[in-house]
Amino acid sequence: MIEVKDLHKSFGDTHVLKGISTTFEKGKTNLIIGQSGSGKTVFLKCLLGLFDYEQGSISYEGRIFSKLTEDQKRELRSEIGMVFQGSALFDSMTIAENVKFPLRMFTKQSNSEMDDRVNFVLKRVNLEGAHNKLPSEASGGMQKRVAIARAIVNKPKYLFCDEPNSGLDPKTAIVIDNLIQEITNEYDITTVINTHDMNSVMEIGEKIVFLKDGLKAWEGSHETIFKTDNETVTDFVYSSELFKKVRKMYIEENNL
Amino acid sequence: MNYLHYIGAYALMIIEIFKKPTKWSVMKKLILKDIDDLIIGSLGIVAFISFFVGSVVTIQTALNMDNPLVPKSLIGFATRQSVILEFAPTFMSVIMAGKVGSFITSSIGTMRVTEQIDALEVMGINALNYLVFPKLIALLLYPFLISISMFLGIMGGLAACYFGEFATINDYVTGLKEDFIPYHIIYAFIKTFGFAFLLATIPSYHGFYMKGGALDVGKASTVSFVWTSVAIITLNFILTQILLS
Repeated sequence: MIEVKDLHKSFGDTHVLKGISTTFEKGKTNLIIGQSGSGKTVFLKCLLGLFDYEQGSISYEGRIFSKLTEDQKRELRSEIGMVFQGSALFDSMTIAENVKFPLRMFTKQSNSEMDDRVNFVLKRVNLEGAHNKLPSEASGGMQKRVAIARAIVNKPKYLFCDEPNSGLDPKTAIVIDNLIQEITNEYDITTVINTHDMNSVMEIGEKIVFLKDGLKAWEGSHETIFKTDNETVTDFVYSSELFKKVRKMYIEENNL
Repeated sequence: MNYLHYIGAYALMIIEIFKKPTKWSVMKKLILKDIDDLIIGSLGIVAFISFFVGSVVTIQTALNMDNPLVPKSLIGFATRQSVILEFAPTFMSVIMAGKVGSFITSSIGTMRVTEQIDALEVMGINALNYLVFPKLIALLLYPFLISISMFLGIMGGLAACYFGEFATINDYVTGLKEDFIPYHIIYAFIKTFGFAFLLATIPSYHGFYMKGGALDVGKASTVSFVWTSVAIITLNFILTQILLS
């Protein structure tokens, strides 16, 4: 579980995060949603330790990030897997080398043990036989799956995904969503996803945190988001006619 | 004040490069790759430029010697002094700031833009050590490149002398040996090590701390070339004052 208390972050005079408190639960897909400029990416980067913050605390299973020594931070980071928006694959390495990279850096496994693990995770993300391709030879969906494989290869306790569906067609986006949810449940990890994709919100949002202007405006799940009458949330989530109809049908079907 | 900020950030970067070292088994491969990219990959251009600039220095010297009392061996002497003292270590380094420096800035800058550096940092890897340290070690072989430049510059002069019939080979070789001071070679190599350090670190700084997109990678490469050249010329002046005055 990740616990965030009263998190504040500014860039010069711009106060981006204005006191966010929430928890991200273990074994669940936790989603951060909100409009562009609401502070989602800054929040995620604070969680990852890529940005320092002025006030508040982030605790990973009781380990408060800002109070950890450099070695403890390094150890904690080895428990984190991250899927970047643009995949962030190392373009000079093949797909297999990309996936093997965290194992080479953080474990003392033999080459054959590492190869076995790489084969296992590539199979898990349905990328058997793509070992020797370069990232530039892979499609957007394949690159995302490689990024997921790299993120989970070292058996992380925490998985972070920044807009995992951006730039993907709807079918591939669903495949990626399902894959992330399956991995989260299978390995009982804490997954935090930063997304704009309302389909992901409806499908896999076991916990949803809605940010607006650097504040937490609402939190709930993909079930409660249908019922909420919080106007800020409904304005954002049901901004399209299609989602308005989906909500109406859900409410009618469930007699809410 | 801005310049002070940059100098401070550069100094902090240098310190950070040596912290939290990457596993040797990984680092070994990175160093070999950088030796291939930065040193072996530059051999062709260094050989080509050195040979022809050495020839041009010889031709220019010969054409400007119209006094029959001046011995022809002066052509070899002038070529040797120009190539060993300045052309090979300093001006070849300015050329390398364009070739190697741009490569370093653009490759690290692209990694920054595509979040590959963020990926390293999230994994808890010291990205500066991972990316810059191998380049520093690879560029310890830079004096080898400069030795080749010195040799080919002098050979270029010899070829120009022979084919242009400006002097006999004997005269040229006599000039090469005339008043030879071995300390000049030491001076040239001390400079070379200093320039190698600048060539590895200044372009890395501009790539690592760049912000923006693809266009900014191009701008960072240009700025990096300008500042690396300025630093090389300035260090050349300082070291020449200290070592030769």
